Amino acid sequence: MKKIIKYVIIDILRNKIVLAYTVFLLLLSFSIFNLEDNSAKGLLSLLNIVLIIVPLVSILFASIYVYNSAEFLELLVSQPLKRNTIWLSIFIGLACSLTLAFFVGVGIPVLLYEFTATGITMLLVGLLLTIIFVAIAMLATVNTRDKAKGIGVAILLWLYFSILFDGLVLFLLFQFADYPLEKAMIGISAFNPIDLSRILVLLKMDVSALMGYTGAVFKDFFGTTTGLIIAILVLMFWSIIPVWLSVRKFNRKDL
Amino acid sequence: MIIANNINKQFGKLKVLDNVSVTCNKGECIALIGPNGCGKTTLIKSILGMVVCDSGFITFNGKNILHEWQYRSAIGYMPQTGRYPENMTIGQVLDMMKDIRNNKDTKLDEELVIKFELKSLLHKRMRTLSGGTMQKVSAALAFLFNPAVLILDEPTAGLDPVAAEILKEKIIAEKAKGKLILITSHILSELDELITQVIYMQDGQLIFHKSIGDLRADTGQKKLSKAIASVMLKNR
Repeated sequence: MKKIIKYVIIDILRNKIVLAYTVFLLLLSFSIFNLEDNSAKGLLSLLNIVLIIVPLVSILFASIYVYNSAEFLELLVSQPLKRNTIWLSIFIGLACSLTLAFFVGVGIPVLLYEFTATGITMLLVGLLLTIIFVAIAMLATVNTRDKAKGIGVAILLWLYFSILFDGLVLFLLFQFADYPLEKAMIGISAFNPIDLSRILVLLKMDVSALMGYTGAVFKDFFGTTTGLIIAILVLMFWSIIPVWLSVRKFNRKDL
Repeated sequence: MIIANNINKQFGKLKVLDNVSVTCNKGECIALIGPNGCGKTTLIKSILGMVVCDSGFITFNGKNILHEWQYRSAIGYMPQTGRYPENMTIGQVLDMMKDIRNNKDTKLDEELVIKFELKSLLHKRMRTLSGGTMQKVSAALAFLFNPAVLILDEPTAGLDPVAAEILKEKIIAEKAKGKLILITSHILSELDELITQVIYMQDGQLIFHKSIGDLRADTGQKKLSKAIASVMLKNR
């Protein structure tokens, strides 16, 4: 397994996209922290950008990479290797290189300028989001044979998690405005890793007052250690379950 | 050595393998023959576990290959069209395969690497290779680990006459060592001196599996190409 991960990482590093992504994140983080005189405010701006860009780059890069390594997969499957090993190695290779890029690009500036609980939470959430969206990309690609279609599905999934989901939630809230939905919102937020991440970081920033009564309920739940642990567990589920489903599918796939 | 039992495979509505049963033993050199799209490559791929059959099972040395993977270390596979990571060089691909399949006990057989003069091309990237060179790499990889079973899908297609001759000699040499060799090819004339058995497939069905002597006796033809042609005409 280690050997295949090694080859995947070497291959990813050889095409310069991940390097460019790292440099881009570095430039972005440093310029945001230098533009704002208050680094806590800088972190908030950075959070909003991270929550859009990290999932997008992770899901797109991962799905394109998997499609482009079709030959590599085909070559490996005819060799004495377990299919699980092959697929998981590709996942781990992708996740490692993208989390490393995120850690260097956002982690270093955050640790330099805003080495606080909030900063650390944002880093953790960003790392988890990277892994989650690589996992979702693996699931999307194993289910669609056609490259163009698969990448389209990946973009739609990203669009759903970043934009459409919030719209649906808003719609729900307005439709059922007469009912107490605050508690239910905690459950609903678990269905979108991006929202859950945003809530976790915002609560750490003490701007939850801006979110009204729902914010208070969130604070009550996610502010406690149990709530935090549950949220992190939910995020981990979001990374494990898509990978597990994709492994099962890959084991039966014809190449 | 390899036993396939009533295997079925469908791609959508198309039935590619229809109740195929084959038994292949050590020391045999079997030609898989049949018109285009009759399921030869699918049969080979299901033996390799690249295609998972819908029903039926395949055993390798008595073990069901489903969920097995170790058995593939005894197989050298040369695909019809080799597909390799495009931005790796020949040297990197060879090193990677050696790294992945390394067992200290097996002695590497680099005869084809040397005879095909791949050593001078090691720095070339896979995407820049011609079809023939790609085939040479595939062939060299199939024989490299001295496997007990060789599966060659259209081995000489795209090779120049010199390379094809080298490959044929190599196949004969390996056959003499008592290995099981499965070949598909449309160039029947070159199979004459290689094979001991013939499997003929049509529309996903196995029409017959005979030794070459029986086939010659049955059709009254000396040459394999003529014998197969008479079978094909009869089946039309």
